Amino acid sequence: MTPGAESRPVLEADDLARHYEVKRGMFGGSATVKALAGASFTLEAGRTLAVVGESGCGKSTLARLVTLIEPPTSGRLLLDGEDVAGASRETLKALRRQVQIVFQDPYGSLNPRKKVGAIVEEPMVINTRLTGPERREKAEAMMARVGLRPEHYARYPHMFSGGQRQRIAVARALMLQPRLLVADEPVSALDVSIQAQVLNLLMDLQEEFELAYLFISHDLSVVRHIANEVMVMYLGRPVEQGTRDAIFQAPAHPYTRALLASTPAVDPRHRGQRIALKGELPSPLDPPPGCAFHKRCPFATELCARERPEPRDFEGRQVACHHVETLDQPAPAAAS
Amino acid sequence: MALLEIRDLSVEFPTARGWFRAVDGIDITLEEGDLLGIVGESGSGKSVTMLALMGLLPWIAKVTAERLSFDGRNLLGLTPAERRRIIGKDMAMIFQEPMTSLNPCFTVGFQIMEQLKVHQGGTRAGRRRRAVELLDQVGIPAPESRLSNFPHQLSGGMNQRVMIAMSIACKPRLLIADEPTTALDVTIQAQILDLLTSLQREQGMALVLITHNMGVVAETAKRVNVMYAGQQVETRAVEVLFSRPRHPYTGALLDALPERSEGRRRLPTIPGVVPGAGDRPEGCLFNPRCASAQERCRSERPSLEPDGEGAARGRVRCFYPLEGDRPTGARDDAGEAA
Repeated sequence: MTPGAESRPVLEADDLARHYEVKRGMFGGSATVKALAGASFTLEAGRTLAVVGESGCGKSTLARLVTLIEPPTSGRLLLDGEDVAGASRETLKALRRQVQIVFQDPYGSLNPRKKVGAIVEEPMVINTRLTGPERREKAEAMMARVGLRPEHYARYPHMFSGGQRQRIAVARALMLQPRLLVADEPVSALDVSIQAQVLNLLMDLQEEFELAYLFISHDLSVVRHIANEVMVMYLGRPVEQGTRDAIFQAPAHPYTRALLASTPAVDPRHRGQRIALKGELPSPLDPPPGCAFHKRCPFATELCARERPEPRDFEGRQVACHHVETLDQPAPAAAS
Repeated sequence: MALLEIRDLSVEFPTARGWFRAVDGIDITLEEGDLLGIVGESGSGKSVTMLALMGLLPWIAKVTAERLSFDGRNLLGLTPAERRRIIGKDMAMIFQEPMTSLNPCFTVGFQIMEQLKVHQGGTRAGRRRRAVELLDQVGIPAPESRLSNFPHQLSGGMNQRVMIAMSIACKPRLLIADEPTTALDVTIQAQILDLLTSLQREQGMALVLITHNMGVVAETAKRVNVMYAGQQVETRAVEVLFSRPRHPYTGALLDALPERSEGRRRLPTIPGVVPGAGDRPEGCLFNPRCASAQERCRSERPSLEPDGEGAARGRVRCFYPLEGDRPTGARDDAGEAA
């Protein structure tokens, strides 16, 4: 590795976008869905960037770009300092080893016809020239590390509970010693007590292997616990981006405030005064002009309907809102 | 007289290894206008309990109860035809997946009006008026034009509103909502919860909210039933349950929430998993995962006993309930994988 690699971010994205062409009915022309439009961020080793938003906000598209499943339509994506756009097949293959993913549903992401051992060893079969016994040794070491027992090696996924399957998925993802782990809603399919086990495991592994996490979630309490930085997205664009403490203690963007206020508090003595956000996410096929959020925003003005706000610095974070300076103090319900 | 009275309800399913008791000894009393939350992890029997009440379990299930009465009528002795006259009218249920609970082949208007036709009759025009009124009541914009929409033309949140409109069509006195917001986004979840609680207040109906989300319970319920492996382990008013849980399982469940970690990086966890059909332990069902389990817990099964005074009055199924204000039930996990 070249000198100075330590300080280099594991992941850098600059104005990253991904558009999809879709057909509109039998006789209609095609339309462009801007699933992701202009996300910029950097992620360093040992840090966690959480991507937060509702369905259709572009979280999963971002995950597909970062894991090199799909190329970006425009913008720059640098993995380990290497630009993905101009990379050769060889470089891409090497880069793919650096990025691994853990999916939401541990019931769907493990092949039911393969034994756990084979599942965990598969990345090494494809990417390394290790012999069978060497692979087995490494797989068993990793399984022990994520809290699976040696006898689990010869079992099938259906014999495991959701939490243990997620451990298997994590072991598989870490087999090639990646530098970046994309976790796409890794605990949302799990029960509360199991969720805590998996979150603890993820945090231990991060410390041990200096992993960078791109943590995609809609559960704000989990994000608040695990993230260093947070990016809140709405309809393909980041609306607010900053450190966890900045965003959770004083959310600035009206959407972030609404999101925090909508999350039920686990203290019945502080039942939140929810900002009842009216309406639903607009269709990405037909996004409203101006600020994508203006139709649901309680603070929207005529300017918001006309012009899209660009992200700009505000109190130690990036906010895409025309009126962020003049909004009143952040909602008290969110600060509990 | 209580609206709903359940005494010692048990549900058993036949398995290759004999009868499996999925629900064991449930007691619930519900008055008009009550709001009861039922929490528990997957496999705790919360849904099966309510399905048994609604009579929606498959015929192989064996439902037994000392008493299962709604509005003074014994539900166990009813013929299917008599039961159908109560279900959907006085007692209604909403399910988790609005997309799969609605029939994709019929418009939402037809499905709402079908409900009205079966239970109330009336004229076609009258039913249509009522359907528009209902869609308006659950906050669907432009309700008249929505009547002719099919479920696939509406979003998940809208479909859940349609489900709610259907369930309240005949002004039920008891509404059971089984994970009504689990499949929805958080801002939509807030809208649906507000809608359910305001309907409950306005119409004075009793609402049972089944969920695994402690936050949803804390925000909405008045009383809470905590279930574990088919049994009720604790029942209490919501404020007391969250500040002074008595059952070690309730305490551990609350401790495992990231919101209550108070800045600690590691979350307390409950080791192991909920026991399934084949591996129910001897004694207290929670004893293998319990931090305060004693010898007695491993051999003897505790019963649900009255506990606490005044506002803290409730019931708990534990020989050694927790003391003090802070939940202390969970032990720190050390990379276990039982």
